[in-house]
Amino acid sequence: MKDSKIIVTIFGADKIGIVSAIAQVMERFEVNIEDISQTTMQDYFVMFMMCDIGKANAAFQDIKNGILEEAEKLKMEVWVQKKEIFDKMHSI
Amino acid sequence: MFNFKVDDILQTINMIKMHHLDIRTVTLSLSLRDCISTDINETAEKVYNKITKYAKNLSSYAQQVEDEYSIPIVNKRIAVTPISIIGESAKNPDYVLLAKTLDKAAHEVKVDFIGGFGALVEKGCTKGDDLLIEAIPEALAQTERVCSSVNVGSTKAGINMKAVLRMGQTVKRAAELTATQDGIGAAKLVVFCNVPSDNPFMAGAFHGYGEPECALNIGVSGPGVVRAALCQLPKDADFGVVANKIKSIAYKITSTGELVGRDLAKRLDIPFGVIDLSLAPTPAQGDSVANILEAMGLERTGAHGTTAALALLNDAVKKGGTMATSYVGGLSGAFIPVSEDAGMIEAVEKGALHLDKLEAMTCVCSVGIDMVAIPGDTPAHTISGIIADEMAIGMINKKTTAVRVIPVPNKGVGDYAVYGGLLGEAPIMPVNQFDNSVFINRSGRIPAPIHSLNN
Repeated sequence: MKDSKIIVTIFGADKIGIVSAIAQVMERFEVNIEDISQTTMQDYFVMFMMCDIGKANAAFQDIKNGILEEAEKLKMEVWVQKKEIFDKMHSI
Repeated sequence: MFNFKVDDILQTINMIKMHHLDIRTVTLSLSLRDCISTDINETAEKVYNKITKYAKNLSSYAQQVEDEYSIPIVNKRIAVTPISIIGESAKNPDYVLLAKTLDKAAHEVKVDFIGGFGALVEKGCTKGDDLLIEAIPEALAQTERVCSSVNVGSTKAGINMKAVLRMGQTVKRAAELTATQDGIGAAKLVVFCNVPSDNPFMAGAFHGYGEPECALNIGVSGPGVVRAALCQLPKDADFGVVANKIKSIAYKITSTGELVGRDLAKRLDIPFGVIDLSLAPTPAQGDSVANILEAMGLERTGAHGTTAALALLNDAVKKGGTMATSYVGGLSGAFIPVSEDAGMIEAVEKGALHLDKLEAMTCVCSVGIDMVAIPGDTPAHTISGIIADEMAIGMINKKTTAVRVIPVPNKGVGDYAVYGGLLGEAPIMPVNQFDNSVFINRSGRIPAPIHSLNN
């Protein structure tokens, strides 16, 4: 379903285990990771994940809180947003 | 292959995080016409029950939407039918009681402001209109979240100068009754010409007569985003390039507002109303309409060229915004409130911006003389003169204009009125000292203008 897609954006200093830690949160909530991209920007690690929460075992807010908790442990900044905001804003 | 563009994601996050992109207000517009009764206590009870029933989920659902898109929804508000009508049939009218009822309901459903304590009197006052205007100062002093607006002129009807006279006195009294808070009562009171019936922004929001039972109207914002985009242009970029850049940003801002508005309206199970295509500044650094004008190449807002820059900005915002949504309404344009815009405050402090220039700017943008603090000893007829001038601009140019000035009690030029929050703080600006009382006291109406021979 279109509105079940979310984009997770993670910023911070690069370190070992970021992808694994976030992926484990996704697994816990049965969230399907459909796409991952990563880059560095001004010495910061930036990772983007597109996920589908349509078959997840929890609601959006619980999943978001779980990701935020994990990101805090990793000392990373994270944004969890429904994909629609990007689709609407950047296409005519 | 990636199914998303990372640059788009980064731009969106940057707009929200660095440049204050937000949904400025989600306003539940609600008819109270079925609350009318011959007993004012019964009316008040019906009003309270209806508002708390319809708006009970507004704040919590708005919070959910905010979380899901990670875009701040700054204000949750309610606009109701002009209260002059709602209290008019009571044998024991008490408009202050209705204001207190609105305030109590606003607290109960956790909205920041509730608008509609007002009347439309461009041709004249009914008994209810008279009583409501009489009650405005007391109502604003005894409530926290109630906003009041009175429409005193229109292009079709002309300007009701008797009402202009009274509103000058009402603004003054509203400030005096809230003297310990720098006259904040007057900051919640606005006088209009050609008032729109679906405006989501305060203090002028109300639910117009032609509106449905209820609707959700959205006010978007984002002056900081526009300013940042213009700062990236080369200094010799021509005006076509400048206008196009503003249009593309306005499109992005508005389409986000449309998404959020439709989602929230669906959750509340009420119709989506309109998007108000406005650039509304906040006191936060960089979130300033004045700074946009300065990014176009003016040393300070107020320099000669300011009105032209604002005209370009206002028009480009509308052009970009209308591409993003089918239903546009409200005030739709750039706001130039002095106290709520750090760039405007600086321009006043530096002596670049005066009341006369602000008045000229209102000819080409959406609102009017907005959140301007003036000396507390300004006579009521001078305030009426400021109102009359602004109404004339609206009437002749077939546009909305408004006046929200605060004659700050016991303070003069050089002092500051301090409100905090979105209302900000304002340096007190001088007004013209010459007398206008004979003109203002003439009463009657300034006739509606002719619609040909346009010059």
